[in-house]
Amino acid sequence: MRIMAQVAMVMNLDKCIGCHTCTVTCKQVWTNRPGTEYVYFNNVETKPGVGYPKRYEDQSQWHGGWTLDRKGRLQLKAGSRLRRLLSVFYNPDLPSIDDYGDPWTYDYQTLINAPAGTRNPSAHSISALTGRDMDVKWGSNWDDDLAGGPDHAAGDPDLAGLSDQVKLAFEQVFMFYLPRICEHCLNPSCVAFCPSGAMYKREEDGIVLVDQDRCRGWRFCVSGCPYKKVYFNHRTGKAEKCTLCFPRIEAGQPTICSETCVGRLCYLGLVLYDADKVLTAAATPDPRDLYEAQLSVFLDPDDPGIQAEATRQGIPADWIDAARRSPVHALIARHRVALPLHPEYRTLPMVWYIPPLSPVTDIVHAAGYDDDTPDQIFAAIEALRIPAEYLANLFTAGDPGPVQRVLRTLTAVRAQMRAEQLGQDVPERLAESVGATRTDLADLYRLLAIAKYDERYVIPPAHAEDAGRLMAQHEQLFCAQPGGPDSFHPPAAQEFRDDGGRLHLNLSPQGQS
Amino acid sequence: MSNTSAWQIFVWVALPYLALGIFVVGHIWRWRYDQFGWTSRSTQLQERRLLKWGSPIFHYGTFGAIAGHVIGVLIPERWTRAIGIPESVYRWFSASAGTLAAVLIIAGVVILAGRRLVVPRVRATTSPVDYITLVLLLVIILTGVVPTIFVNLLGHGYDYRTTVAPWFRGLFSGSPDVTAIASAPIVYQVHAASAWLIWAIWPFSRLVHAWSAPLWYLWRPYIVYRSREATPPAEPGTSGRRWRKIGVPY
Ligand code: HEM
Ligand code: SF4
Ligand code: SF4
Repeated sequence: MRIMAQVAMVMNLDKCIGCHTCTVTCKQVWTNRPGTEYVYFNNVETKPGVGYPKRYEDQSQWHGGWTLDRKGRLQLKAGSRLRRLLSVFYNPDLPSIDDYGDPWTYDYQTLINAPAGTRNPSAHSISALTGRDMDVKWGSNWDDDLAGGPDHAAGDPDLAGLSDQVKLAFEQVFMFYLPRICEHCLNPSCVAFCPSGAMYKREEDGIVLVDQDRCRGWRFCVSGCPYKKVYFNHRTGKAEKCTLCFPRIEAGQPTICSETCVGRLCYLGLVLYDADKVLTAAATPDPRDLYEAQLSVFLDPDDPGIQAEATRQGIPADWIDAARRSPVHALIARHRVALPLHPEYRTLPMVWYIPPLSPVTDIVHAAGYDDDTPDQIFAAIEALRIPAEYLANLFTAGDPGPVQRVLRTLTAVRAQMRAEQLGQDVPERLAESVGATRTDLADLYRLLAIAKYDERYVIPPAHAEDAGRLMAQHEQLFCAQPGGPDSFHPPAAQEFRDDGGRLHLNLSPQGQS
Repeated sequence: MSNTSAWQIFVWVALPYLALGIFVVGHIWRWRYDQFGWTSRSTQLQERRLLKWGSPIFHYGTFGAIAGHVIGVLIPERWTRAIGIPESVYRWFSASAGTLAAVLIIAGVVILAGRRLVVPRVRATTSPVDYITLVLLLVIILTGVVPTIFVNLLGHGYDYRTTVAPWFRGLFSGSPDVTAIASAPIVYQVHAASAWLIWAIWPFSRLVHAWSAPLWYLWRPYIVYRSREATPPAEPGTSGRRWRKIGVPY
């Protein structure tokens, strides 16, 4: 067992109002530069919709992520390593800038310079790539709120497999927002695709980054990521991606998208997992079993055995403690209400989603039923093929079971809390019917509805002192020895951890002073 | 050397040595100071239809030509004869393979250069050194292959071994024969001079990407882990915006 810690995220889709604040603040912080005009490390898509870049979810077109070869072994979807290298001169799977949206700005000077008396001077759209006049035809958010629905939403790859009738009914009743960042996967195909070895996963917190000095611009990571969350900076000729705001995470602060989210729907915290099990889980034969397989990789931080082993493997005590208090672990593994986005890509993504219940209750309401009655909503969840099957295409490789279970649990939370707060009797066996206890549902209510800042974000600061440890020992050897080289005896390790798990160094060879 | 002008000395003696010096020092400098600018600077994001043909054709042609030069120069004649390849077959093979490579490269460069000129999105990313590189490559390959086809195969033949070769070898023994090369036909002169020039340009162009051919990828584990480590502060003068000056038009 190799225990690793991962900073992971959960987003509660019920609360997203599609305001794009997260997108804007992320853009301002990270991609507000020439060469990244078209880049959104965080983007919010309307579902159903084609996505950004167009139809990125259709891996039969883009060949991102992993697949299984005939013998059931994990293989890159785009073929062998040799095949990759032979096609390095032209990458057949790379989206073009038009798939993201040709970035544009406006010729504002004409407004300022227009002679006095000009009626309605107008600024023309100009391409940020060439500076020439252009007609705006597509952008990262072109189909926001189902704009142009019949033309665009029908292109949503997640609608594949749903019958025409379902598809048609779909648009009239069902819409939600999907904020997306890099998944910081446990089995990141972007890293596996990078021929230079410039991309890496950090051992301490699992954040996936591009080494800007080692990237040589072979641009395979861009097509290799099934979520299309690595981007090519066309000015520097290097790949860039969501960094999970690592400078903030290292300081114990949430990412900028989470921090500024209007709906306060993001959760950040640690998940402990067994790195030795990752590849087996990713190679699970049936894609529908991948959700359960990924759950089996996670370790229970409350298990004393796991805690002891994690300590032995060098995970600091305050990190283990943070893992125990992690809202992400609670939502993913304890309450099982969060689901992974497109597990069938086999990258074991680590930004999970609580599927939206609101569209379902809306339908129930519209049908004239009482949306307070869990029985009716339960029945609706069973009967409504539309949201369940569609959500299953997003979150469970098409298996509606887990989606329906989560929606029922969320309904039960609402019903129990409504009853409690109105002083009514909580329906009997309500909690059991969704495989939970009353306390579980109360916990979920607290986590999802009250959602205090401190409970949404449990991020232990990085242990930067570990990096300096070797240097301190080094100086101790050569500078701090009394009596000179003759009396040289390497001192026993003078480092110790405090209660919080922080490493301390005692630079005096005489021991504690 | 009485009838050699200063200009001739410059082109046929100073330029080669200067180019070699710039090649070596330039690469050391750029490797140390400009890791961030060391990239193929792909333009596939902006344009893919022409690149799809131009880039593979050009690269595979170039590799063919490089392999051809290596075989021709390094493998002695008696080896090929020893394994039973007759001289005529060898000639025929090298002539046709060489011509094929040349055609591929020419077609490739024409497509790539045309694309840089004509497609506005690509043109916007093009710096002068990109044009210089492509034009030099085109000149080198044209002046290299035109005499081979028109003079040696179709015409009366010209033996460059009495002019170009002595000068070239002389460069390495320290006594280049300037009069010999100065009396060679102009195509050979242009070929030789531009070939030296591209070595001088190489470290400052995107051509550096060729040294980073990622063959290691075939063996390394798929997933790379790195642990956070203490990095020493950058050397004085190595931070800042220096890298922008190379290969970036804006
Ligand atoms: C050794 C292995 C090599 C690899 C893996 C490689 C790869 C690449 C790649 C990925 C590009 C970018 C194509 C794009 O725009 O997307 C490129 C461009 C280019 N390469 Fe190479 N290359 C190699 C060797 C060479 C050599 C030996 C030369 C010439 C002597 C060369 C000359 C060029 C030129 C001139 C371009 C720019 C094409 C343009 O104008 O867009 N490459 N190469
Ligand atoms: S989602 Fe992030 S970590 Fe996963 S493959 Fe894409 S870029 Fe890599
Ligand atoms: S800021 Fe929050 S509510 Fe607004 S779009 Fe982003 S995730 Fe949704």
